[in-house]
Amino acid sequence: MHYEAPIRKPLIEGDKSYHDITVDVVRPVESSAPKSWWLVFSLALLAFLWGVGCILYTIGVGIGTWGLNKTVGWAWDITNFVWWVGIGHAGTLISAVLLLFRQKWRMSINRSAEAMTIFSVIQAALFPGIHMGRIWLAYFVFPIPNQFGSLWVNFNSPLLWDVFAISTYFSVSVVFWYVGLIPDFAMIRDRAVKPVQKHIYKILSFGWGGKAKHWQRFEEVSLVLAGLATPLVLSVHTIVSMDFATSVIPGWHTTIFPPYFVAGAIFSGFAMVQTLLIIVRKVFKMEQYITIQHIEMMNIVIMLTGSIVGIAYITELFIAWYSGVEYEQYAFLNRATGPYWWAYWSMMTCNVFSPQFMWIKKLRTSLMFTFFISIVVNIGMWFERFVIIVTSLHRDYLPSSWSMFSPTFVDIGIFIGTIGFFFVLFLLYARTFPVIAQAELKTILKSSGDNYKKLQEKQEQEHGEH
Amino acid sequence: MASTNQTIINALYDDDDVLLSGVKQVREKGLEIQEVYSPFPVHGLDKAMGLKETRIAIAAFLYGTLGLATAISLTYGMMIVDWPLNIGGKPSFSWGENMPAFVPIMFELTVFFAAHLMVWTFFFRNKIYPGAKAQNPDPRTTDDKFLMEVVAGGDHSNEDIMALLKETGAIEVSVNSAEHA
Repeated sequence: MHYEAPIRKPLIEGDKSYHDITVDVVRPVESSAPKSWWLVFSLALLAFLWGVGCILYTIGVGIGTWGLNKTVGWAWDITNFVWWVGIGHAGTLISAVLLLFRQKWRMSINRSAEAMTIFSVIQAALFPGIHMGRIWLAYFVFPIPNQFGSLWVNFNSPLLWDVFAISTYFSVSVVFWYVGLIPDFAMIRDRAVKPVQKHIYKILSFGWGGKAKHWQRFEEVSLVLAGLATPLVLSVHTIVSMDFATSVIPGWHTTIFPPYFVAGAIFSGFAMVQTLLIIVRKVFKMEQYITIQHIEMMNIVIMLTGSIVGIAYITELFIAWYSGVEYEQYAFLNRATGPYWWAYWSMMTCNVFSPQFMWIKKLRTSLMFTFFISIVVNIGMWFERFVIIVTSLHRDYLPSSWSMFSPTFVDIGIFIGTIGFFFVLFLLYARTFPVIAQAELKTILKSSGDNYKKLQEKQEQEHGEH
Repeated sequence: MASTNQTIINALYDDDDVLLSGVKQVREKGLEIQEVYSPFPVHGLDKAMGLKETRIAIAAFLYGTLGLATAISLTYGMMIVDWPLNIGGKPSFSWGENMPAFVPIMFELTVFFAAHLMVWTFFFRNKIYPGAKAQNPDPRTTDDKFLMEVVAGGDHSNEDIMALLKETGAIEVSVNSAEHA
């Protein structure tokens, strides 16, 4: 029943028992925060507060405080929005798609990856909200009756599809994550000795007791949620790309956008998971659960999706030439050789060139190198969105309207603020939530644990001798 | 499950495979297992206990259908009947002709309804909600222990059952006559 081919390397190292997993997962929750945590948390909080200040300034004065002009009407806000939504994709991919494919290596990383998804979608959702200008009228995006009679939303608009896609994605990710957390909260509840802590985890665990029928439903719910979340995660970035693809702007109006955006999203999301988990495994001493093998698997995904993105860039260039449309041809010539050439070539270097190093086993199993590449990839993916958005807009059909975009301190402040907010949430999560899905992980201990695999191998050899 | 005044015999195991064979042996003897508490889903336990298959996936399908119907009524009611829009010289016409533009909404609402209502059903059927009392009688069953509750009675004396449970590999066996709902 617990058989796994001996050629597969163990996913849980260091002779663990069920109880060891409990103790290792709960340790960060039960111990007090180290100084380094407070230091990073304070920095993140400062960045967040600076961002809040800039957002309040924007709401008070209007989006005229941003660097936008009448030619470039969308810039950093939408760049950041797409960037953050894209980062979110890896979490759902790991927890849903890898569940359907029965990939056991997802289990040590899915909890944190999904936390990352939720926190980055929160950042993303901020941007359309504040770009509306009058945020107090944000409810206009929902199909509800309003004071102007029955003036409804326009269901033909990709921007409205986006509202539905992001809301569904966010809320479904939250429940998927939470259903998985319930048994783990119950574990912390049953161990807690401090009354306040016990009470909090009692509320969070919903009274879960691990009855056989409940586990049966739990597994079915996880499977169905994974089945629902898989097309959902593909739909979200598809719809985000339609915000651009359904327009008539050269450089945006292309049918390659949906698959290209989805691949890019998974690419950047896995890079962010690497950035976070390399730190988490070190700080929480979880090297035996998040092994080099896990890091390597994710690097292979980065390499694959990075190559898909590279092919998409080249296809775009080819089709621009092949289409024979002068405006389209100019848009791409301008991207590569115009005043924003540096953004284009940063994107090319970071996204197409850098992941190719992962073909080399030595590099994709190196922590330092992986960490470095994960940062490079996220910089590259930010530039990708900047290139698509700003360079397509800044030289439009009418040369007299051509202009450049330069961000103000408010643009930069809000972006830094969202990075701060993201890390504030992630750091709080890392200290209070079980960062590894321990109940799920215990189910694979006997098939993929180091000690059990050795035992199995020994038994097999004995069988062979007789 | 049964009446409130029955004697329950608890058997604690420390291994999922031992538990699973224990469950099979107990059922072969014709004894009723009231409940099994485990720290993680034990593969094959539901079949060994004779539990029926869950119908929650069927419920999810029905919820999804409801979501799809909601999306169709929303788009039809708002865009075709109540306030047809003419955007860029392209009027809404009939719902069928306008339908391709509604596919994303139809998909998203199907997923939204199926996922959320299924999870609500999961909470209701399991009677779990914020602040509910912990359902497991022994706190060790969320860590690394497995608890089987056997209903005493029939032709077997309590001592017989306890001996049988010991034989199956239980590490602790005790009689619990307190009323279990």
